[in-house]
Amino acid sequence: MTNRNSNHLDIKFKKMMEDYKEHKGSLIPALQTTQEVYGYLPKEAMEYISQVLEIPFSEVFGVATFYAQFRLQPRGKHVIKVCSGTACHVRGGPHILKEVEKQLHIKSGETTNDNKFSIEPVACLGACGLAPVMMIDEETFGRLTKERVHQILDSIE
Amino acid sequence: MKKMSDVTLTIDGKQIKVPSGTTVMQAAEKAGLSIPALCYDPELSIAGSCRMCVVEIDGMNNLPTSCSTVATEGMVVQTKSKPVIEARKMVLELYLADHPLDCMTCQKNGNCLLQKYAYEYQVKDTPFKENKHRYPIEDNNPFIVRDMDKCINCGKCIRVCDEVQGRNVLQYAYRGYDTKVTTAMDVPLIESECVFCGSCVAVCPTGALLEKKMIGKGQSWEVEKVKTTCPFCGVGCNFDLNVRDGKVIGVTSNPESEVNGRHLCVKGRFGTDYIHHPERITTPLIKKEGVFVEASWDEALDLVSKKFLAMKKEYGNESIGALSSARCTNEENYVMQKFVRAVIGNNNIDHCART
Amino acid sequence: MRSLKLLRNDLKEKYHSISKPRITIGMGTCGIAAGADKVKDALYHAVAEKGLDVDIEVTSCIGMCYKEVNVEVALPDYPPVVYGDITPARVTRMLEEHVVGNTPVLEWAEFQLENGKHTPYQDISSMESSDYYFHQTREVTSRCGRISPENIEEYLITDGYEGLEKVLMTQPQKVIDDIKASGLRGRGGGGFPTGLKWQFAHDAEGDKKYIVCNADEGDPGAFMDRSILEGDPHAVLEGMMIAGYAIGADEGYIYVRAEYPLAIKRLKRAIKQAKEYGLLGDHILESSFSFDIHIKVGAGAFVCGEETALLNSIEGKRGMPRLRPPFPAVKGLWGKPTNNNNVETYANVALIFRKGTEWYASIGTENSKGTKVFSLTGKIAKTGLAEVPMGTTLRQIIYDIGGGIQENKRFKAVQIGGPSGGCLPEDKLDIPVDYDSLIKVGAMMGSGGLVVMDEATCMVDVARYFLTFSQAESCGKCTPCREGTTRMLEILNRITSGEGEMEDIERLERLARVMKTTSLCGLGQTAPNPVLSTLRYFKDEYIAHIKDKRCPSGVCNHLLTYSIDAEKCIGCTACAKACPVNAITGTVKKTHEINPEICITCGACMEACHFDAVIRV
Repeated sequence: MTNRNSNHLDIKFKKMMEDYKEHKGSLIPALQTTQEVYGYLPKEAMEYISQVLEIPFSEVFGVATFYAQFRLQPRGKHVIKVCSGTACHVRGGPHILKEVEKQLHIKSGETTNDNKFSIEPVACLGACGLAPVMMIDEETFGRLTKERVHQILDSIE
Repeated sequence: MKKMSDVTLTIDGKQIKVPSGTTVMQAAEKAGLSIPALCYDPELSIAGSCRMCVVEIDGMNNLPTSCSTVATEGMVVQTKSKPVIEARKMVLELYLADHPLDCMTCQKNGNCLLQKYAYEYQVKDTPFKENKHRYPIEDNNPFIVRDMDKCINCGKCIRVCDEVQGRNVLQYAYRGYDTKVTTAMDVPLIESECVFCGSCVAVCPTGALLEKKMIGKGQSWEVEKVKTTCPFCGVGCNFDLNVRDGKVIGVTSNPESEVNGRHLCVKGRFGTDYIHHPERITTPLIKKEGVFVEASWDEALDLVSKKFLAMKKEYGNESIGALSSARCTNEENYVMQKFVRAVIGNNNIDHCART
Repeated sequence: MRSLKLLRNDLKEKYHSISKPRITIGMGTCGIAAGADKVKDALYHAVAEKGLDVDIEVTSCIGMCYKEVNVEVALPDYPPVVYGDITPARVTRMLEEHVVGNTPVLEWAEFQLENGKHTPYQDISSMESSDYYFHQTREVTSRCGRISPENIEEYLITDGYEGLEKVLMTQPQKVIDDIKASGLRGRGGGGFPTGLKWQFAHDAEGDKKYIVCNADEGDPGAFMDRSILEGDPHAVLEGMMIAGYAIGADEGYIYVRAEYPLAIKRLKRAIKQAKEYGLLGDHILESSFSFDIHIKVGAGAFVCGEETALLNSIEGKRGMPRLRPPFPAVKGLWGKPTNNNNVETYANVALIFRKGTEWYASIGTENSKGTKVFSLTGKIAKTGLAEVPMGTTLRQIIYDIGGGIQENKRFKAVQIGGPSGGCLPEDKLDIPVDYDSLIKVGAMMGSGGLVVMDEATCMVDVARYFLTFSQAESCGKCTPCREGTTRMLEILNRITSGEGEMEDIERLERLARVMKTTSLCGLGQTAPNPVLSTLRYFKDEYIAHIKDKRCPSGVCNHLLTYSIDAEKCIGCTACAKACPVNAITGTVKKTHEINPEICITCGACMEACHFDAVIRV
């Protein structure tokens, strides 16, 4: 199958998407893989998925915009999620978020100019016993204080 | 003996027998009771999302939607109890809280379901006066104006585009309060795969989707509806010409139309501007010395007839043939073949859709 | 059918007696977040440096979050000792004194695991008699923090898959009857009887049926399911297989949230190992039963915890709930009969068939059987996981296990059941925790999150917090939830910023009533609960915000005023420098003043002041 806009997509990516044809309910995994590859969901990739999986483009877009995980814009190298769960809320989570925002000079949902960090909203990270908590990429940091936020952000390459 | 396939239920104290599989809403209608509904459409799948059609049913928790609940034997239904009325009023208040409330100048005035129910339930105002969506109005295409501020997310347009037209141009995007019916990548219709059949406009209960040409040309009660057959092709779709002061201001589809129901193509629904177009040719034209000159019908038909007869005489009966079109009506095609066979005197009649 | 008995005996030989010291680190998400990785590095480093012959193993979370990082040290012929609060700096002493000198470090030792074979150490309590575990009954979580979740053999020696073995020799209907007799009710929130649910799916006609495991634990403040998945993944697989056998399904899906990467990793590993051991796949244990399990990773939507939204999500659609009926048991995943339970429920199933229905039904109350795992969070002294028999009172959980309130502050409320639940005040602490008692007082079991709040917590702010959550997570399908949560949140924002009016309370109540009865799914139907329960038990706080424009707990920013205590202020200028809006005037060594007209009540001055001179009222 050809796609008028798929020229920018590499062959390896296309092959991965083709493989999803074999499985039922593959739209979300396909989008997740796309995001792993490109860091976000490029329009051309969604169009390609729509054609390969035979799902209307409007539905692909509808699914992509429904789930909090998906981004339609590129994001930074590291993704910071400051937990906004109940336990973190009562133990000062909002101050931690403010501190991260202050340190990086961006707001939640934005990416730093050097593309190093993005802050993304998240509900509860489920490490409430260590509240307040944040997650950078796949690593969770607990019992945060403003000083620790400082140290942690400084330590990230 | 009672037939196995019937169930008897009580709605607002009235006993009614309906075939099994009937929904409570259909049963109520049969009993002469009408239940308000915004996202329900008999031609489309059930969404159950607007929650206007809720009723009270003995033994059931909460207030189930009558559009989706199937009637069962012995069911006791209240369609106008206090909790039901409270719920409907609240749903309307919630809708109005995110609505422009510019009914006075809205093209849908008098023809809008939201307005109708707000009137029926006397919901004059909403207590929720903070945030409202403010989407830009989309009118950069010749046919449809989309005002998403008036959209109530009933999703009928999505379903008609998918289930009837098979186009899937529209879908819900985003989530929660920001849920929006839109195209892939949230682009205007003109940049999408939309073919402007306008079925979405036909099913929209509010002023969110409107026929562009009709805006400001007449309010619902000023318009006379004249049922007619579409002149564009041979399918024979019926629709209503909307006429005000002797002028056609547009077309609305008529669910009673046998051939097409509410569905039309872009030409039938939106292709009426030629009717009152200043450049429309309204008399026959005969080319005299290289220039078209207006003529009477008699004069024009005489000329054609004379020329056909001359050709027949000079080159014989077989010298003339005719090609007709699937886009003509059956009657037109019949007359054409009759003309060729009986008047010209041959069988040289053919048709573009013959295989 | 192949029996696992011999294998199990062989493995017991292999694992039960250790020939050299073994150190096991608790590496659940909590442990790792608290620095377990660094402790592990320090251990490897120290062991190498000292040239010790020691096995270093990994387990999951034992439930004492307040004591992370947890490390267990076992010497041959001595009972293992579990330490709390281990840091890299403490590793050397622990090795020197305990591993080399066989003298456990008493001040860090939490308890020892007595096994009847070895003489216990003196002055270390047993796990069962330790403060945190004395009032607990660890059944579902018995393996968490005790076995390696990445090694199926450790599951097998702890009698894992014994339940499945028994079930495969029983008729499916008998299996369902047993589950009914056990009295198990769904642990995901609603408390629907599991046996009845299975019966519906069993009776439904279909050439193909599915088992679904809801591991989309989205309630803020809840991490029981995560702990089970990370600590005992095979128990969940076993429960799913038993359910599959009972209803006639040969395929299962686990829907896990993407926020749980470690759980996903361990589940994948568990599935792989189970297949290698012939415990998953075609002809399980050479029987006629075949079953396969797939993992679907969520994409970030709380509403997908609702079972029909979850099914849509597995199918690759927007996670919007479906209309019911038809119920999933009749028409579920891809239109086929589907049984859906959550992680803890399936873990209970494996337990029931291992230890017997009668034994199970003897735990708990008349209508709520077995145990329930709670996550204790908030202002409680000991945060962590606690498993107790149904019917234990909230007071026992919070005070006897959780150690009461942090910093000896006063208890104000406990929030139970997440965004669907309610906040209960002091005088409700003696109700027994079971499904029906909680509903009666306006809360619900939910999945088991217990968030404790002290006197410094504003209950209107708590309601606002939960509505912020529900509003952001509403799927947008039905009007009462989509629009209702938004309007409710607006009202609460108004009240907490001092712009509320008394009519707002009536508006909240009216909205709540309609949302409860008219919303399409559980999310919208229960979203008003935090508002209703705080209105019910803490109405005075609402009135204080509305009438007196005052936040009694000193939380709501807009209602606070800051001033400087002239006696304490030494004029260091720190507050003036910290103020983002230049509302503080004063010169060096002179008392400073805050201009309330300019002040945005951000509290920066209070944090900057080293002399407690900033007063907040």
